[in-house]
Amino acid sequence: MVQPLHYLKESPSQTAGPYVHIGTNPNWVEITGVWTADLGLVLVGPDTKGERIVIEGRVTDGAGAPVRDALIEIWQADAAGLHPSPEETRGAADPAFAGWGRQPVSDTDGTYRFETIRPGAVPMRDGRLQAPHITVWIVARGINLGLHTRLYFADEAAANARDPLLLRIPEPERRETLIAPRHEREGRAVFTFDIRLQGERETVFLDI
Amino acid sequence: MSGSYFQRDRDWHPPALTPTYKTSVLRSPRHALLSMPTTPSEETGPVFGHDILGPLDNDLIRNFGGDGEAIGQRIVVYGRVLDETGRPVPGALLEFWQANAGGRYRHKKEGYRAALDPNFGGCGRAITDAEGAYAFRTVKPGAYPWPNGVNDWRPAHIHFSVFGHAFAQRLVTQMYFEGDPMIWQCPIVKTIPDRAAIERLVAALDRNATIPMDSLAYKFDIVLRGRRSTPFENRMEGN
Ligand SMILES: [Fe+3]
Repeated sequence: MVQPLHYLKESPSQTAGPYVHIGTNPNWVEITGVWTADLGLVLVGPDTKGERIVIEGRVTDGAGAPVRDALIEIWQADAAGLHPSPEETRGAADPAFAGWGRQPVSDTDGTYRFETIRPGAVPMRDGRLQAPHITVWIVARGINLGLHTRLYFADEAAANARDPLLLRIPEPERRETLIAPRHEREGRAVFTFDIRLQGERETVFLDI
Repeated sequence: MSGSYFQRDRDWHPPALTPTYKTSVLRSPRHALLSMPTTPSEETGPVFGHDILGPLDNDLIRNFGGDGEAIGQRIVVYGRVLDETGRPVPGALLEFWQANAGGRYRHKKEGYRAALDPNFGGCGRAITDAEGAYAFRTVKPGAYPWPNGVNDWRPAHIHFSVFGHAFAQRLVTQMYFEGDPMIWQCPIVKTIPDRAAIERLVAALDRNATIPMDSLAYKFDIVLRGRRSTPFENRMEGN
């Protein structure tokens, strides 16, 4: 016999199902009056530091059809690369930035949109800098365990070329699934991040 | 200083592709997931203060109906949120949602003909205290049929979404009820390969916590990923 380790096992995941929004965005599914505002709709206020950007995209399944019942959350550093979290050990983040956002996809075409700021670079535990990125998490009916991925910015090519996570993806064409192309709209940078759950140009998902 | 989060045990969680749960077939990635130790991007996460909570957020019997109360078997669900090292997780936000006592969700895409309860919305939330404890009051949800096989039914269940201290701990799961034979017939439950893992999602009836002439009580503990406590970590080769 050996000494027991006494670890607990993580609670196993179950799908969020088609009605996840009843719990996360009740006002959006017309369950009003329980609480006034759904959490996570707004990341940025007038005092938030940093470049305003838009993230938008569409979630599709292995047949290329839109996923209409997904819920997407994003989590990111502020403009200086600090997270608004008590677990952040490197300094105090911008108090005017939430860092976390949550949006249901459109129930007609599977599109989503976040208005946020461009994050600063965040180091790895060993001090190497990662390219600026946004952590993305997606749940839906038919997804048994929430999928983690990351959005990187196409206009950060030099930083992306050194990013430790992107470098772990051997195929350049798969790496591209995490790099959001940029275009301008009304003077603001818009980054398109489509999430393909399966099939052609399937998004790289992370075991992180 | 704490270290990276423990790797997720992917044999304990359901795999992505589970053909008897048909929706998973086109929504499961076919490539292997890309492995990477957690970084500060995943070791941090949003926090939610108790100030976001209204007085009825953890009372699904009363939080939708105004003066009226929801119909059904009244229950209290309580438990603790812990991590894999056994430490409590204080300040965790739990959001929960469920069908009413007849098994009907308040949702425009709901197709089950059971009646809506005018006094039941089906959502609630709570934040764990310093010991990681939470509690809420609701009615026991009914079983319901769903489009998978022609005659598949979900066992009574409550959906949970949990925020711990780090985005790496983000978890969505479901709670089932002790003694329900339908647990073992459900294609969604059966996406979990290990019976011992399924049993972690079955809340125990707790006669010591029932409220006489008011509510039954079920205990449901939730475990989130744990974190290394030693500072010794290796830099991966090739990075
Ligand atoms: Fe359900």
